[in-house]
Amino acid sequence: MASTSTAAVDRLVRLDAPEKPRRRLPFSPWHLFLAPVAVIMLLPLIWMVILSLETSSEAQSFPPVVLPTGLHFHNYVTTWNSEPFGNFFLNSAIYSLTTVASNLLFCSLAGYAFARLKFWGRDVLFIVLLATLMVPFQVLLIPTFLIVKHLGLVDSVGGLIMPNLCSAFGIFMLRQFFRTLPIELEEAARIDGTSRLGILFKIVLPLSLPALATLGIIQFMWSWNDFLWPLIIIDTASHAPLQLGLATLQGAHRSHWNLVMAGTVMSQIPMIVAFLIAQRWFIRSIAFTGIKQ
Amino acid sequence: MTARAEVTRGVDYRRPSLWQRIIASEHLAGWAFVAPAVILIAVFALIPIGWSLLLSFQANNLLAPGHYIGLANYRALSKDPQFRAAIGHTIVYTVIFVPVSVLAALGLAVALNRKLRGIRFYRLAVFIPLVTSTVATGIVFLWLLDPTFGLVNYALHALGLPQQGFLQDPNQALYCIVVMTVWGWLGFDVIVYLAALQGIPQDLLEASEIDGASKWATFRSVVLPLLGPATLFLVVWSTINALQLFDEIYVTTHGGPLGATTVIVYYLYQQAFQFFNAGYGAAIAYVLFVGILIITLFQLWVGRKRVYYVS
Repeated sequence: MASTSTAAVDRLVRLDAPEKPRRRLPFSPWHLFLAPVAVIMLLPLIWMVILSLETSSEAQSFPPVVLPTGLHFHNYVTTWNSEPFGNFFLNSAIYSLTTVASNLLFCSLAGYAFARLKFWGRDVLFIVLLATLMVPFQVLLIPTFLIVKHLGLVDSVGGLIMPNLCSAFGIFMLRQFFRTLPIELEEAARIDGTSRLGILFKIVLPLSLPALATLGIIQFMWSWNDFLWPLIIIDTASHAPLQLGLATLQGAHRSHWNLVMAGTVMSQIPMIVAFLIAQRWFIRSIAFTGIKQ
Repeated sequence: MTARAEVTRGVDYRRPSLWQRIIASEHLAGWAFVAPAVILIAVFALIPIGWSLLLSFQANNLLAPGHYIGLANYRALSKDPQFRAAIGHTIVYTVIFVPVSVLAALGLAVALNRKLRGIRFYRLAVFIPLVTSTVATGIVFLWLLDPTFGLVNYALHALGLPQQGFLQDPNQALYCIVVMTVWGWLGFDVIVYLAALQGIPQDLLEASEIDGASKWATFRSVVLPLLGPATLFLVVWSTINALQLFDEIYVTTHGGPLGATTVIVYYLYQQAFQFFNAGYGAAIAYVLFVGILIITLFQLWVGRKRVYYVS
């Protein structure tokens, strides 16, 4: 007994003893690790911007030109005019916004039904939908191409959008979220005679904004950066979304790195700006599930 | 509205008509709610899954209707040296990419999980590549790693080291792809780990400190086991994505040089959409699917035995 209390006192004394003065860095040692990491992570992006402002010969000289003689902003104009960049942006915007809106709508409807309504075949249907999540997109690729071809949508933004209107992932995610909401509100509204659709739109969805934002952001990132499907389905440059257009640009201007980089910067700005504005939401969404494909 | 409200108040006991009951039935409502989703997923997922399997038993060129050739595609695949090479490249890539990205993310997440001047900037620097598209990543690294003008060769030159071929050298290209994709994906893994670190109850760490454990011992015996579920998720997730690598390959090397970076999905793309061997492509896709399924189940099985979940 006595010994334990002495030990406790010892510990207290040790804790209270003033720290021996040590030689310390004027800043936390973590900076020595994090600062180089930050430089490495940002360097490719900074370099992209520098190159986009150089002349063609500066961009292809050795040693590389770090500080260009002048800022050649007209690279951006040249690039914009050399490819249908306006169309790329428009197509990407249509592709992303349509799929975000349709996923929010269809996944909400289905997710709500799976969470709250009892209907014939519900559980089997839900398991079948979940099972499709395990199948990689490459398995679907060829038949989906054939189906879109039968629908006459090859080489159109419609063909880009069609297979991505609704995702089993979104249904699953929203169903899980809806099940965490207190059911009493919905029951009360039901007794007051509100229709099921009314309950979903007036009570459930307003309570589900965080989940909807998460799904919306994930779908937006996915559509905006999608590459394989556009590559398969789109032939005409003016029908291409941004990432495909960028790959085309790179193929066409192999000898003009400054122009390729100008195009790359332009194509990345919307997503980076969106990320900077809504950083917290992006990170929440990614932490929640994580999809970058 | 009012009639219904009266019923509930017990004023009107009339039985609802058949039509009203059908309209109000949960079976009907449920199916009406799921109908758009079910139709879309049936057409663009369920049917393609089955169709793809049928295609894999066909000789099909995407234009004319195909004809059945039994298991010939699979038999040909088993003897195809290019497909074997593609599997080899994919495995080498995955086996390096997954541990490197997960371990690097773990270290970074621990470093970023503290109060520090400028921590927001550091986090931002690590996260931003994540929103950079795979195509842009490929383009920038193509330049950084350019043998003639690239920045990395310049750095080697400045250090007095020999110049490298990087993406143009068959012996180096796949490793360059690893570096490029780790850069692009790291932020994702870091975010998942940061979220997990922030979910660790503070009193556990304090208890460990009071017991006199060193920082390293606390990390090894308390933090690391608690990060188990996040690690398992990241390993499974990164493996699935690594096995499906395509975009960066398409943008940088087109599977070259000398086929050194032809991974499974790139080979599938070539077969199906450049040589129009759709049946063969579908067979490749199914082999990939089964491979991913087996590897994922194995990882989850190992994980279930070793990962500790806090209830």
